[in-house]
Amino acid sequence: MTGPGAWPVPGADRALERARIGRSAPRPDGPAKVAGTFPYANDLRVPGMLHARTLRSPHPHARVRRIDATAARAMPGVAAVVTAADVPGVPTYGLIHPDQPVFAPVGGVARYVGEPVAAVAAVDGRTARRALAAIEVEYEPLEPLTDPRRAADPRTPPIHPNGNIYRELTLRHGDPGARGPVEVVDSYLVGQQDQAFLACEAALALPAADGGVDLMLATQWLHSDRDQMAACLGLPEEKVRLTLAGVGGAFGGREDVTLQIHGALLALATGSPVRIAYDREESFLAHPHRHPARMWFRHSATRDGDLIAVAARIVMDGGAYASSSPAVIANAVTHAAGPYRVPNVRVDGVVVRTNNPPCGAMRGFGVPQVTIGHEAQMDRLATALGMDPVALRLRNAIGPGDLLPTGQAVPPPLPVREVIEAVAAAPAPPPATAATPARDRPGGRGAQADPARIRRGTGYGVGVKNLMFSEGFDDSATARVVLELDRDGQPRAVVHTACAEVGQGFVTIAGQIARTELGLDAVVLAPADTAVASAGSTSASRQTWMSGGAVRKASVAAVDEVLRRVAASLRLPPAAAATPRRLLTLADGAVTGPEAGVSVGLADVLAAGGPVDVTETFRHRPTHPMDAFGQGDCHVAYACAAHRAVVDVDLDTGLVRVVELTLAQDVGTMLNPLSVLGQVEGGTAQGLGLALMEELVVTDGMVINTTFHDYLLPTAADVPPLRLIPIEQPAPEAPYGVKGIGEAPTGTATPAIVAAIRDAVGRDLRRVPVRPADLVLPPDPTVYLAPPDEDPEPQGPAEPAARDGMGLSDATPGAGTPPGPDQPPAPGASP
Amino acid sequence: MPATDTGSTPGAALELAPGLAPEPTVSYQLRVDGARHQVHGAWLGASLLSVLRDTLDLTTVKDACEQGRCGSCSVLLDGRLVASCTVLAADAEDAEVTSVAGLRPSGPARAVAAAFVREGAVQCGYCTPGMVVAVTDLLARRPDADDGEVREALSGNICRCTGYGRILAAVRAVQDERAGR
Repeated sequence: MTGPGAWPVPGADRALERARIGRSAPRPDGPAKVAGTFPYANDLRVPGMLHARTLRSPHPHARVRRIDATAARAMPGVAAVVTAADVPGVPTYGLIHPDQPVFAPVGGVARYVGEPVAAVAAVDGRTARRALAAIEVEYEPLEPLTDPRRAADPRTPPIHPNGNIYRELTLRHGDPGARGPVEVVDSYLVGQQDQAFLACEAALALPAADGGVDLMLATQWLHSDRDQMAACLGLPEEKVRLTLAGVGGAFGGREDVTLQIHGALLALATGSPVRIAYDREESFLAHPHRHPARMWFRHSATRDGDLIAVAARIVMDGGAYASSSPAVIANAVTHAAGPYRVPNVRVDGVVVRTNNPPCGAMRGFGVPQVTIGHEAQMDRLATALGMDPVALRLRNAIGPGDLLPTGQAVPPPLPVREVIEAVAAAPAPPPATAATPARDRPGGRGAQADPARIRRGTGYGVGVKNLMFSEGFDDSATARVVLELDRDGQPRAVVHTACAEVGQGFVTIAGQIARTELGLDAVVLAPADTAVASAGSTSASRQTWMSGGAVRKASVAAVDEVLRRVAASLRLPPAAAATPRRLLTLADGAVTGPEAGVSVGLADVLAAGGPVDVTETFRHRPTHPMDAFGQGDCHVAYACAAHRAVVDVDLDTGLVRVVELTLAQDVGTMLNPLSVLGQVEGGTAQGLGLALMEELVVTDGMVINTTFHDYLLPTAADVPPLRLIPIEQPAPEAPYGVKGIGEAPTGTATPAIVAAIRDAVGRDLRRVPVRPADLVLPPDPTVYLAPPDEDPEPQGPAEPAARDGMGLSDATPGAGTPPGPDQPPAPGASP
Repeated sequence: MPATDTGSTPGAALELAPGLAPEPTVSYQLRVDGARHQVHGAWLGASLLSVLRDTLDLTTVKDACEQGRCGSCSVLLDGRLVASCTVLAADAEDAEVTSVAGLRPSGPARAVAAAFVREGAVQCGYCTPGMVVAVTDLLARRPDADDGEVREALSGNICRCTGYGRILAAVRAVQDERAGR
């Protein structure tokens, strides 16, 4: 995997060969990546290749009246222009529902800014761009549907034949009418985050002699892409072959088809290799984002602080096409009560179609949004009760055996109490003083914050995230392990899966697992492709458990085959031959069995009997669909995490500096502690981004900020040191006891930081990301979700003093009072 | 992004319409990592990044935002750290362009690269070549930079995977090695 031109890294190879599970083995692709020789999808070039570009609708909603590509086709250097008329198979595709056109067709409708209308292949990129400008498209602009609350209204005309509701879910657990003597109620809003993986989408499409197509690309799920491509191209699956090229980050943003079908169509149309690659602006427009969410919550508790009931209503904006929206809303609804024991839960969730950019998977998959809501509510409840926020969380922490809102008993382990206690006990950083250099104050050197106007705040965010696929999905992962002799006659193992390495480190883990099980240092990974069965998606915190489980299972089967061959040669009694592992061991390239007096080299076994070639498929235990009331064992497993954030806020500018973050996380068994640290640091940084700066701003369906100039990402100056306290409790159902670790901390970092800002400024922040203006200006009541119709607010016995402790009364002078539960936004109000 | 009634596509605003005057082109030599490359008939407005990657196929230099914000395309121009997407290639004619491939393997760059692999500073790795150039440049100028200075110096290089923790650990490890700590 290191490739030619890799810099020699002293000790790296030896360390690798010794790397079994549990050690911080370095990445096998590290040397090539630091040398710049690792081939990413957008680095691929072949002689004679054409360059493709995509024409996109500039309208949020428009009928396509006419497309005339005559002038573009006649331009020197243009090889082909394709539109919907050139799609030979099914005209639409999609991860769950095939509702998205490959191209918006003439006579049809383009439903978001950036929807593909045509694609061009030309001799170079600039000619392709000029050809795009020469394609005449006549649009009839239509009224865009951009407010998800209006989309949820059944009276709103549908903007797609499938309607405007992707999925509506009702969850009722316990007594839905139950209330407690202390209640806190409010609405929250979460903006649209982009995955912003660093390497934009790219693929190289090669027409094949058999009439099929080979595609080398960056993706998260080769077989899902393959299946959607084959349907649209009108080709049998075996004629659509995909190979993973280097992937420069993903975070959910590569789960959907974007350029795959376009590139293949152009390669098939021209008979030439076609490179199709996006720039940043096109990347922002092309892939689905994290769902913006509007949420209303009501938490009820006893005066002692025991949660009695949680009621929530969640409206998510799925944008123009379904993507994974139906699964995202299920996560949001089932996680809405958080990692707490709540006897009575009532959640109504809906995800709708609008003329906004499509939304789908991003790290956390529906859970970060509700975590922002339930954690804000827990702080508010603590204030209403006069309790410490940590004590309230500990009092209600859910644990193994307790019932989740789905009625499912929490599968062990789930150390919610332990993660909360661990972060709360961590030492606090020293306070900022007048001696703190300007560089380390909010806004950094440029902002020159007055030390007297800096306020320190501390906040907590606790959450739980499901692992792997849910709701009865037949989730499987396949691995093939071949034991063979290399050119020097030495035994080696080749591990082949279709698991997409997107940066997370599966290539490291797969090697560690194979080395451990095979007792062999010489393990190489074959490129991931569709020649082996599906690994499932690199998402949902699932690949270490799933594809790792498959590599382990195939490795064990390969060892069994080796031992069977040796046992057969020994003419053992039948009982002993049937269980060769009792007598024989494969380690360090040799099969030994002191009792049987055996010692034979693996090389000799393979030389005599030929290669050992086994393929195994791994499945987690089945899950089940939810019933009409959201009840059922719909998730496989869970991981929990708790963040503590410490921030400094400049009251004059509203700028925030995150001083320190502490994370305690339920990590199962760590197969590679360094990799765990890297995952949770990265996930935390993305949660920080959502708290403070990352938002794709969409106004009337128009995307405003499609560049890194105005979509801001956390830098090294923004992300503070992270203290990780791993809570290691092996998951009994998982291979080696692992848990997926990438998603949980993304969900908890955001609410912890927002809580810390609330603590610092004494202001009630209900919108994420928190913008500087949100710290000084009154909030816009029209953007929030109204309380559910069937449950008009205010009512019930809410403590009138509940909101005083939030410091609203002493918010920055001059600021208006935000609307509270006694001033609900008008139902159906729209901006 | 302005809405228009016909034809316009996002990102195409700067394109010349067909039928307008041909684009001005130039030919020049570039010195990249010690090698000379002849560039023929390139568009005058082409960035150094696009000429390196698309004309000369030097893909060790990465391309992620084309606006000077992410640092993926960091190179040294006569020893000065730049985002190559913000430099006109034609302006680099008399300069020495150094990418990660041209950093001297005997110098601090080798220690930086080794530390990146060892300390877990690489995940997807797409920011890594630019980050290694930036770290090598920083440690050459300010070998004893403290944590805050390192963070500020690297704030022009975005990493989306690591949250920077292991990258900063790698920088500290190189500083410690070089100081004999």
